[in-house]
Amino acid sequence: MADTAVHEAHDAGHGAHVTSTGLSNNKLAMWLFLGSECLLFGGLISTYMLYRGRVANGPHPNQIYDIPFTSVSSFVLLMSSLTMVLAVSAAQRRNDQQTNLWLLVTALLGSTFVGGQVYEFTAFYREGLGFTTSLFSSSFYTLTGFHGVHVTVGVIMLLVTRSIIQKKRVTGDKAESVEIVGLYWHFVDVVWIIIFTLVYLIPA
Amino acid sequence: MAIIERPSTELEAANTPSVVVPSTTLGNLRRPVQSTGWKSWLFTVDHKKIGIMYGVFAMFFFIVGGVEALLIRLQLAAPDGKVLSADMYNQMFTMHATTMVFLFAMPMAAAFANYFLPLQIGARDVAFPRMNALGLWFLVVGGLVLNAAWFLGGAADGGWFMYAPNSGPVFSPSNGVDFWTLGLQIAGLGSLIGSINLIVTVLNMRAPGMTMMKLPVFTWMILVVQFLLVFSLPVITVALVLLMFQRSFGATFFDVAQGADPLLWQHLFWIFGHPEVYVLILPAFGIISEVLPTFSRKPLFGYPFVVFSGAAIGFVGFGVWAHHMFASGLGPVSVAVFSVATMAIAIPTGVKIFNWTLTMWGGKIWFTSAMKFAIGLVVLFTIGGLSGVTHSVAPSDTQQTDTYYIVAHFHYVLFGGMVFGLFSGFYYWWPKMFGKMLNERLGSWNFWLMFIGMNMTFGPMHILGLQGQPRRMYVWTEARAGEGFFNLGFWNLIASIGSFVLALGVLIFLVNVVQTTRKGKQAPLDPWDARTLEWITTSPPKEHNFDRIPTVHHLDEFFHRKYVEDEATHTMKAIATGEEIVRNEEANAESHIHLPSASYWPLLLAIGVGVLGLGVLYGVPVMVVGAAVVLLSSFGWVMEPSVAEDTDYDPPTGGTSKELASHG
Amino acid sequence: MSTATEHAEHTEHEQHGLTDGGYIKVAIILAIITALEVSTYYVDFGPFFMPSLMIMMVAKFIIVVSYFMHLKFDSKLFSFMFYAGLVLALGCYFAALATFQFFS
Repeated sequence: MADTAVHEAHDAGHGAHVTSTGLSNNKLAMWLFLGSECLLFGGLISTYMLYRGRVANGPHPNQIYDIPFTSVSSFVLLMSSLTMVLAVSAAQRRNDQQTNLWLLVTALLGSTFVGGQVYEFTAFYREGLGFTTSLFSSSFYTLTGFHGVHVTVGVIMLLVTRSIIQKKRVTGDKAESVEIVGLYWHFVDVVWIIIFTLVYLIPA
Repeated sequence: MAIIERPSTELEAANTPSVVVPSTTLGNLRRPVQSTGWKSWLFTVDHKKIGIMYGVFAMFFFIVGGVEALLIRLQLAAPDGKVLSADMYNQMFTMHATTMVFLFAMPMAAAFANYFLPLQIGARDVAFPRMNALGLWFLVVGGLVLNAAWFLGGAADGGWFMYAPNSGPVFSPSNGVDFWTLGLQIAGLGSLIGSINLIVTVLNMRAPGMTMMKLPVFTWMILVVQFLLVFSLPVITVALVLLMFQRSFGATFFDVAQGADPLLWQHLFWIFGHPEVYVLILPAFGIISEVLPTFSRKPLFGYPFVVFSGAAIGFVGFGVWAHHMFASGLGPVSVAVFSVATMAIAIPTGVKIFNWTLTMWGGKIWFTSAMKFAIGLVVLFTIGGLSGVTHSVAPSDTQQTDTYYIVAHFHYVLFGGMVFGLFSGFYYWWPKMFGKMLNERLGSWNFWLMFIGMNMTFGPMHILGLQGQPRRMYVWTEARAGEGFFNLGFWNLIASIGSFVLALGVLIFLVNVVQTTRKGKQAPLDPWDARTLEWITTSPPKEHNFDRIPTVHHLDEFFHRKYVEDEATHTMKAIATGEEIVRNEEANAESHIHLPSASYWPLLLAIGVGVLGLGVLYGVPVMVVGAAVVLLSSFGWVMEPSVAEDTDYDPPTGGTSKELASHG
Repeated sequence: MSTATEHAEHTEHEQHGLTDGGYIKVAIILAIITALEVSTYYVDFGPFFMPSLMIMMVAKFIIVVSYFMHLKFDSKLFSFMFYAGLVLALGCYFAALATFQFFS
């Protein structure tokens, strides 16, 4: 009955406990969180879309974006999703070394993206686009800044997960932890897919 | 989530503190292990203790918000009021509403949800116990930040809806609004993680046999509320962030001279704000959906309809927000669309009123205090709902908006609805939570004073509003007050007197609580002959809730364990009492019960986030300190092992060690 | 790469998602779509500019969510959670922007 089920779950290891839906608590929680993040980024994107053409001072979006540069960094982030999924796959095969390798590569690609953002922001700043210059600039920096912070948090999570695996101090289901970090990472990538098109590729 | 388990301490003597040698985190910090005393509250992850702390917090701020209201009513009791200056008045109505919505109503619902949701589904705790504690401490930190403003230059003064650009740096120069945006963001974070926690709990931790359509209605309503929160909180987060960036960093989001549109704020706020009002009322609906059947000695009429209408209200609630903006210049198409949607949402609410009424119809009504408050909700919410329907008619709303007619509407639904529902819950569940019965005679005084006071205060506001008294007006004069039956002064005086009658009613409740704590009657296990699982426990429940996780075969499982239908006479025949059922469970107690263990990290993390946020106002060094605490606490949390070492715990009497029942 | 082999690979591993090789193929598809997106900066798409960009954006979104995030192979409950949020976001924000005459 309930007792034996609990026993089995306990024997299976602390990661696998019996749930009413059969789904993992952590995974369900992460998907709910990502659902709520849709509304967060939706609000920031909508604010940008509303204000992108309101340039009381300073450069206009069409004057300042460097599409080739941003295309490269977008590609980098996209590829980091591939390496992330390879890390998850390695974790599911219980190959710690491979998992850690792909986690590191993903973190490096993500850091490259963030580095690209920092470079882009400083370049824009030097060309006269400050945070408070215009509604366009405030909305742009807020939207992409929030995204950049999310990527940075993701990089931290990747590196911490990697070091926990390395030090063999994993609590709970290792493959699932990597998978859940992966979900967050892919979501951050998916938000950028939207931002890249709406903000950069579609002229104001 | 990584947590530590320890054996349930309650299987031995209740008051013996555990003798433990806890393992260390980060090399030096020992885990908290106290099971009694203030530390056992500060570091607890037990949903029942957390629920009580939410309740104490909420009750404190109910009084704070109530005092703010009484000051407003004192100011408006007579012409040319001198009680509050205009500036002070602005702060007062802003903080009254903010306090009542975010620091009383939501936390009090969280108190009931935290305490009873796991019990109602037959679980031992929520899915993520430490996240649960974190949610509480975020609320406490947020509430402190919000109210610190009183002492640090003046509280927020832009109204609880804080319309920009009025709330921007030019028109609201004091720091009050900054504390407001910060406090709400922190408290909002708490609600968000709480909502994720409770959704996962309801979906994943139900007792065997408890299908979704056997969930108690209270649990269903809380589930709908959590979905509302998950999806609406991020939207106000965006609004608050934009406002904060404008005020603190000079962004121009609501600076009209730069091309900004004030309606951006209004949309963002109300896309959150409207689901928020359903967040406020649905828990009360859930509570009375338990109370009414119990005290009518009848099952809830139309359970599936009550459940689905709750879900419908939640869903449609996301589609009506611009009815708060009918007079803002949206244009006829938008207004028409939102007007129709708003009318539609009256339907599922009406369905509930029907179901509650039909539950009582033909029942054997037992007029306890809990029942009185529940019936009071049905009556008063209907009145508030009727005025709400008049708002949905956009041309009519154009006259009503920003007048006291609106104030009347939302106080009828919020006070007559939500607060009465909460008080019903107090009287209903007090015996289960504290093992004592609240005094029924005082309860009766409590109810009638609140009922009369409420109607005296908010009834006249319909008249005041239709006669043109605007909201947020700090003073009125004889000269403009009009004559005869509609003299504004007369009705303002009645409303103010009513508010003190209301306050007296609340005071009687507090007296009741104190008296009951001191010398209240011991409560039986099942004083009301109730129907749902939370009553298959001791009063108060043991730390591990159920000695044996119940297997559920019916809706209203507890009722069906006490009564079966007699085939011959088709009446319900008693086959067991509540006491017998609980004793039986004790006799068949599970031999392996594990509970999640206390932790420092939720409290520390919440403090860290608070300091980090204050850094926005007080400078980068503060932010750095806050960030350091946040990083450290996060790291400590993640590293806290999920498997307790065998050597960690020596049960006091050397009894059997217990195994895992459920954990996140 | 014949579609038959791809298909077999996909169905064989339906339960657990794709093989590593499968993921790389998906990544290549995503890269190609990205290249097409960027090409709109250099090549004049005329009236097809907006529709094709929108379609490509949505296609990439769905591909990453369905395959990389495994949503296609997982319980429908996860899809419900995520798409509920997405649909609400789209609905509310589209409506709000519409009141600003954004689409006219």
